[in-house]
Amino acid sequence: MHKLGMKGLSLTSSLMGLIAGLMPAIGYANEIADPVKGFDDLWYEVMVDITIIGAIFAFILVYFMFKYRRRSSDDEGSQKPMTVLSAIGWSVIPVFLFIADDLYMAAKGWELYNDYRSVPENSMEIKLESAMWSWDYTYPNGVKTYNELRVPAGTPIVLRMTSRDTLHSHYIPDFRIKEDSMPGRVTYLWFHPKEPGEHVVTCAEYCGLLHSRMAGKIIAMPEDEFTAWYKAEAENLEQNLASN
Amino acid sequence: MMYVLKDWIFTTDHKKIGLLYLIGSLAAFALAGCMALLMRAELSAIGPTITTNPNDYNVWLYFHGAAMILGFQIPALTGFLANYLIPLQIGARDVAFPRVNALSVWLFYMGIILALMTFVVPNPPDVMWTGYPPYSVLTPGNTALYTFTVLLLGFASILGGVNFLTTITFMRAPGIGWNQLNVFTWCIYGAFILQLIFVPVLGTAVTMIMLDKYVGTHFFDPSAGGDVLIYQNLFWFYSHPAVYVIFLPFIGIVFDIVATFARNRIFNYKAAIYGGIGGIVLLAGEVWIHHLYVTGMPDWIRVGQMITTLMISVPVGLLFISLVGTLYKGSISFKTPMLYGLSVIFLMLIGGLTGIPLAIVSLDLHVSDTYFIIGHFHYVMAVAGTFSIFGGVYYLYPKFTGRMFNETMGKIGFWLSFIGVNTVFFPMMIVGVTTGMPRRYWDYAQFPAAESYHVVMTAGAAIIAVGFIVILINWIHGMFRGEKAGSNPWGSRSLEWTTTSPPLAHGNWEAVPTIEEGWGPYEYGTRKA
Ligand code: HEM
Ligand SMILES: [Cu+2]
Ligand SMILES: [Cu+2]
Repeated sequence: MHKLGMKGLSLTSSLMGLIAGLMPAIGYANEIADPVKGFDDLWYEVMVDITIIGAIFAFILVYFMFKYRRRSSDDEGSQKPMTVLSAIGWSVIPVFLFIADDLYMAAKGWELYNDYRSVPENSMEIKLESAMWSWDYTYPNGVKTYNELRVPAGTPIVLRMTSRDTLHSHYIPDFRIKEDSMPGRVTYLWFHPKEPGEHVVTCAEYCGLLHSRMAGKIIAMPEDEFTAWYKAEAENLEQNLASN
Repeated sequence: MMYVLKDWIFTTDHKKIGLLYLIGSLAAFALAGCMALLMRAELSAIGPTITTNPNDYNVWLYFHGAAMILGFQIPALTGFLANYLIPLQIGARDVAFPRVNALSVWLFYMGIILALMTFVVPNPPDVMWTGYPPYSVLTPGNTALYTFTVLLLGFASILGGVNFLTTITFMRAPGIGWNQLNVFTWCIYGAFILQLIFVPVLGTAVTMIMLDKYVGTHFFDPSAGGDVLIYQNLFWFYSHPAVYVIFLPFIGIVFDIVATFARNRIFNYKAAIYGGIGGIVLLAGEVWIHHLYVTGMPDWIRVGQMITTLMISVPVGLLFISLVGTLYKGSISFKTPMLYGLSVIFLMLIGGLTGIPLAIVSLDLHVSDTYFIIGHFHYVMAVAGTFSIFGGVYYLYPKFTGRMFNETMGKIGFWLSFIGVNTVFFPMMIVGVTTGMPRRYWDYAQFPAAESYHVVMTAGAAIIAVGFIVILINWIHGMFRGEKAGSNPWGSRSLEWTTTSPPLAHGNWEAVPTIEEGWGPYEYGTRKA
């Protein structure tokens, strides 16, 4: 997966001569980027941003409503027609402010998107096939599980996904990530369960009758427990194959 | 009686056609609203509540979405408001092709009847208003009904498009230039350009689904060389612009209401028209991939469309500044239509700004297809659109009935529904982002934290229902008992208020109004009313 560089965007924005100074510093540390923290931080920042914009508009609106309420029934408004200059000013300046804010947020969103889409090198790859209505996982050693994905805590996991029948979307709210699984296409998502624990998996793409019951879980286990479980399952699998 | 009925069915008068659209679309709204109440009842607690069969929920939701958008909002805005207002605002005696106009209202009613068949066919459609394959092809539900409903309503709308673009271009009264048009007229112009370009794409997409399901083609079947995502691209290539087909007319009527009740000029009219409306028409077709952020789209497209999507804030921002600026130095009266007009600005603010995180692709990976988006689009489109339609009905009420509604009841109905919608839709956004509960869920056992919010939302829906009943009683009561309205009860400068209330059945005016030098629909403050 190639990384989407920041160059194109930096170029555009410095051409605008507006927000170059606001561009977030780029740099990928060696440790695994954590989209969950990235999501929560950016979400917070965007919420602050839109709350400020909303509050400004709402304040002006309420102030005008109060200040210019009708005093007597034959009153009329007294706004003058705009001069050409102020009409241009009232268009161009806001347009630049909006574009600046848009590009700033797009740059931030793009940076985080790279974290979401760049799979760390040491990750464990598991195949997922979805179907109405179950999640079928296949581990590298051939072990299969249904609706329950056991993983070692501390290892990034990447799912290669496809579907047997219709569209589904493998959604793990705790990791702030979903991606559709589709027949005839292979998609992927990755997540990083740092601590042992359980996480809900649920289907986010409408798939008929039991869409809302198409739930499973991810169980992140301490490394050694996982290894023990994984080996035991593999042995079971072999015995089953041998006995057939 | 027969005579009256015949008179209405075979009418070619744009005002009667407009009212026919109003009646049909309000019926669709009422029914789709009942579906919403059923859904809210089902969701009021975890576990089966009023039905043990998820398919019931899915059918309600299908009907709710399809009927609200295709049967209520688009026809109420581009059918009722456009038909009633456009000829009056441009000083024309009727639309360019009155019989085509009649045909389009008939098609609309046939579309509504088809949609109603949902409740009688043995396997009702359960494909949601989006109809995504492969599900829409695999389901035992009746996808053909979905296809034909969309085709009929789409065709009605194309006819309307041809009609109104011609009317506005060629039938303005002598002396009315492009820069003297009402903002609403401009918005309808923009909306119908979009309809004409994009509806055929939707028609194609839903027809391909039907062919796949019933004729055995494989457009969307990968096992035979098809592709599942082509449909989503075609569908949103239409349906994102469709959002603006709803947005433009509703913001247009809000402009007219706000200018009338503030008795003021439009602030920076040209920026609103050419920058705002023009910008939206230009950008509308370049952002549809934001509906496919969580599918297998190539990453570079997702990032590119994040930028175009965020750019939508530019024209919308211009419209906003213009709308708020119109209050500046105005003389604001808070009659019922104006309460709706002003509340739409608030609703749009919440709905529009919460669209920004959705546009940012990395944030959307979490909130896409959750209750966050349900809350967002109800604010920005469903509720803001409905409030402007209701505001528009109140605004034109004296014109088309010749009588006044009851102001106190109008205010009560407004506040009940305003409080109600915020009680329903704000918690939805919180549930979406904090728990991650997905949309289109009949049950949510895996999200216990969502339950208390759902209780609140269901209570909110009940408040809305009470509000709408008050509104409806007020409208019906006023038709018979209201005081007589003069020709211009609001003191507006716009042309539609120069005719009698109700206007002459044929031709609108005795003599088409002569347009004086320097006239404009918003030229307030030049003389005392
Ligand atoms: C008036 C009160 C309304 C209430 C209480 C309400 C409630 C709801 C509920 C509970 C859902 C289902 C969420 C889910 O399970 O995914 C929904 C979906 C939806 N609503 Fe509304 N709604 C209202 C008005 C409207 C209006 C006026 C529109 C007009 C456009 C609208 C358009 C939609 C659409 C398009 C969907 C999504 C359908 C789908 O997922 O395919 N709603 N609404
Ligand atoms: Cu599903
Ligand atoms: Cu869209």
